[in-house]
Amino acid sequence: MSVRDEHWTAPAQELSLARRKQIFAEAYRRERLRTWRIWLVGGGVFVVMVIAAADIGEVDLVHLWDRLPRFRSYFGRMVPDISLESLWPDLQRWFRRGWVWLRALWETVLIALYATSFGCIAAYFVSFLAADNLSPHPAVRFVARRTLEFARTIPELVYAIIFVFSFGIGPLAGVLALALHSFGAVGKLFADVAENCDREQIRGVRATGANWMQTMIYGATPQLGPDFLSYGLYRLEINVRAASVLGFVGAGGIGQELYNAIKTFRLTDASAISLMLIAAVIAVDMLSSWLRGRVIGKGRLSEA
Amino acid sequence: MRDGPEKPAMPPAVSPSRDWRRERPELFFWTWSRLVILGLLAGIGGYVFLWGLGVLGFGIDRLVNGSLRLGQAIGLMFPPTAQGQLPLYIHAIGETLAMAFLGTLVAAILSVPLGLMGARNIMPVGPVRLLVRRSSDVVRGLDALIWAIFFVSVVGLGPFAGILAIAVNDTAILTKLTAEALENTDREQQRGVRATGAGRLSVINFGVLPQVFPVLIGNALYFFESNVRSASILGIVGAGGIGFYLMDRMMLSAWREVSVIVGLILVAVACIDFLSGRLRRRFIAGRGARVQ
Repeated sequence: MSVRDEHWTAPAQELSLARRKQIFAEAYRRERLRTWRIWLVGGGVFVVMVIAAADIGEVDLVHLWDRLPRFRSYFGRMVPDISLESLWPDLQRWFRRGWVWLRALWETVLIALYATSFGCIAAYFVSFLAADNLSPHPAVRFVARRTLEFARTIPELVYAIIFVFSFGIGPLAGVLALALHSFGAVGKLFADVAENCDREQIRGVRATGANWMQTMIYGATPQLGPDFLSYGLYRLEINVRAASVLGFVGAGGIGQELYNAIKTFRLTDASAISLMLIAAVIAVDMLSSWLRGRVIGKGRLSEA
Repeated sequence: MRDGPEKPAMPPAVSPSRDWRRERPELFFWTWSRLVILGLLAGIGGYVFLWGLGVLGFGIDRLVNGSLRLGQAIGLMFPPTAQGQLPLYIHAIGETLAMAFLGTLVAAILSVPLGLMGARNIMPVGPVRLLVRRSSDVVRGLDALIWAIFFVSVVGLGPFAGILAIAVNDTAILTKLTAEALENTDREQQRGVRATGAGRLSVINFGVLPQVFPVLIGNALYFFESNVRSASILGIVGAGGIGFYLMDRMMLSAWREVSVIVGLILVAVACIDFLSGRLRRRFIAGRGARVQ
C-alpha cells in the first residue's frame, strides 16, 4: 500500500496530526515532481522540434534582421503617390486597370459560387451514404468515407494544375478543382452532422413504407437542411479566398493579374488588386454570415 | 406542423360547414398567380445559372475532351516511380512539415496578446480593439499563397518565405478566434476571482485564461493540420516545401513522379492528422477532467 493510498483509506482519527501532515507533504511532493517531469519531457521534445524545424526551414534571424529595411521599402513601394490636391487623378492612376480587375474579381466570386454549389450538391448525396446511421450498407459507408477523405486531402491547387493540363487554361479548371476539394471537405461535415440527426423522424418515414431514397428526402433532409446550408455558406467564404489564388496556375480569376503584378514589380498595381480582393472577401463574408444567421434562425423556429 | 383549433372528442351529429380557408390556409397557398410567379423566377434563375456556366467556359465538348485528357494523365501516373529522387522528396516533405510547424507556432504565440487586445471583455479601449479586429480582417482577406509571393519577393526563394506567409495569415485568423473565445468565457469565474480582491491582471490570469487555454491549444493543433496542407502547395510560388517539386514535375509532364509526390503528401497529412487528433483529445480531455 503506497503512502498515498494510506492517506485516503486509513480513518483520520487513527493517525496523528503530524503523520497526516507528513503523508500530505509526501503526496504533494510526488505530485509536483510528476508535473515537473511531464513539463520537462514535453518541453524538451518541443524545443528539439523547434530547433530541428528551424534548421530544416532555413530560419536565419540574422538574415531576417538584415532584411528588415527591405520589408519596409518593399511594402512602402506598394503605397501609391496620392496627394490631396489631385486626389481623383491619383486614384484613377492607381486603379487605371480597375475595370479589368473588377471583371477578374467577378470571375473569382463566380468560380467560388459555382464550385461551392457543385461541391455541396455532390456532398449532399454522398454524405447520406457516409453517415454511420443512414448508410444503406457498411461497405458503402467505408467507400464513401474514403472517397471524401481522398478528395479533401489533395489541395485544390494540385487539382487545379492537373485540370489546367487536361481542360485547358481558364476558369473551368478552377471551378472543377475547387468543387472537387469542397466536395471532400463539406461532405465530411455533412456526414458528421447527419450522424447526429433525430432517429425518430427517420423511423417514422420508414414506417410508412418509404424506400431509402424517400427516407433521406422526407426524413433526413428537412431536419438537416439548415445545418447543411450553414456549412455550405461557410465553405463559400473559404472558397472565395481559395479562388483568388487559382490564377497562379492559370485556373482563372484575379490570381493571374495579381501574380503578374507582383512578379513584374508593379507594386502599386499589386496593392490596388489586393485592396479590391480584400473588399470582395469581406463583402462575401458579411453577406454569408447574414444569410447564415437567417437560415439558422429559421431552423430553430421549425424545431420549436 | 401547426395544430388546428381544439377538436371535440366526438364530432357533432350534424357538423357545421367548416371554414377550411381559415383553418388550413396552407392548403390554399398555391394559387395560379403564385405558380406563374414561381415559374418565372425559376426560369430567370435557370437562365442566370446557364449564363454563369457560359462565362466560366463550361461546354459539353470541353468537358468531354478534358475528361479524356484527364483520364490519359491519370493513366500515365501509374505505376508511380520516384526515379531515385525519393530522398529529395522526403527532405522536401520534412521542409513542408517544418514550415507548417514554425508558422503555426509563431501565429499561436502572437495571437494571444493580439486576441486579448481584440476581446471586448478584456480590452476596455474601443479604438484599439477596433484596430486589432479590422486589421485582422484585412490580413485574413488575402490567402497564405498571396502572402507567400510577397515574402518571396522580400526575403528570396526558400522555406523562410513560406514560414512568414503562414505565420502572418494564421496570426490574423487565430487572433479573431482567440478574441471570440475570450468573449465567450464564463463571467462567474472572473467574478469569483475578483471577489478575492484580485486586480485586473490577476482576473485575466486566473479567471479568463484557464478557460480559453484548451480552446487555444485545440485551435493551434487544428491549424497545424490545415497548414500542412497549405504548406505543401506554397512551393508553387517558390516558398519552399514539396510544392516546388510537384509544380516542376507537372510542368515536365513527369506524371509517374507526380503520383509519388501526391502519395507522399497524402501520407504526411494522414500522419499529422492522426498525431494531432490524439494530442488534441488528450489536451482537451485532460483539461476537462481537471475542471470537473
